[in-house]
Amino acid sequence: MEQTRIRVGAEPFSLAEEYAWLDACDEDGAIVTFTGKVRNHNLGDAVTTLALEHYPGMTENALADIVREARQRWPLQRVTVIHRVGELRTGDPIVLVGVTGAHRAAAFNAAEFIMDYLKTRAPFWKRETTPDGSRWVDARASDQQSAERWRTS
Amino acid sequence: MIKVLFFAQVRELVGVASLTLESSYGTVEALRQDLSERGERWSLALEPGKLLAAVNQALVARDYPLSAGDEVAFFPPVTGG
Repeated sequence: MEQTRIRVGAEPFSLAEEYAWLDACDEDGAIVTFTGKVRNHNLGDAVTTLALEHYPGMTENALADIVREARQRWPLQRVTVIHRVGELRTGDPIVLVGVTGAHRAAAFNAAEFIMDYLKTRAPFWKRETTPDGSRWVDARASDQQSAERWRTS
Repeated sequence: MIKVLFFAQVRELVGVASLTLESSYGTVEALRQDLSERGERWSLALEPGKLLAAVNQALVARDYPLSAGDEVAFFPPVTGG
């Protein structure tokens, strides 16, 4: 049975817990997980903290839409997407995407697709603190290009 | 009545997180233009170039029609993940 977990919140997540949930599905033979962390540098500056703002309600809807679209492209039994918001420090995990698929290609592709779409469509905004003060992080053209690779038409 | 929300840089520039407006607007673009006239910070925050808009929590194009009761949001390109 297809199952989806979507969580947006300040609390930390456990990769082990999410992996155990994905692993409990015996119909699929492949599991892929991706974890994104707060890097200690960006654009040549040291980064100490990161604040993540989001649009409550729309964020969850956008993530659910992205997972729905991934399921139209690949057969996936279990999908988990977790994104943290609020104040985070260097090294903290921000995002986790985990999928199960019948075979590895579907699982690898779906995990990458979900991350590419999350980065360009889900309403989150990062503000980073460097030794010179804090600044909003600019969207990257390369993220847009990554998402555009998945266009079907 | 229309509810308007602002996020990230846009929210910081206009200085409010949300507004409730009694007037009606034909499209998202008509609303954007009207808000832009509130002052320099508003027109800067709502410059059309990279601005994104959502209606009832779904991304829309700027010619999207508005109805009473809609929740409209303006925000910069997203940077999560």
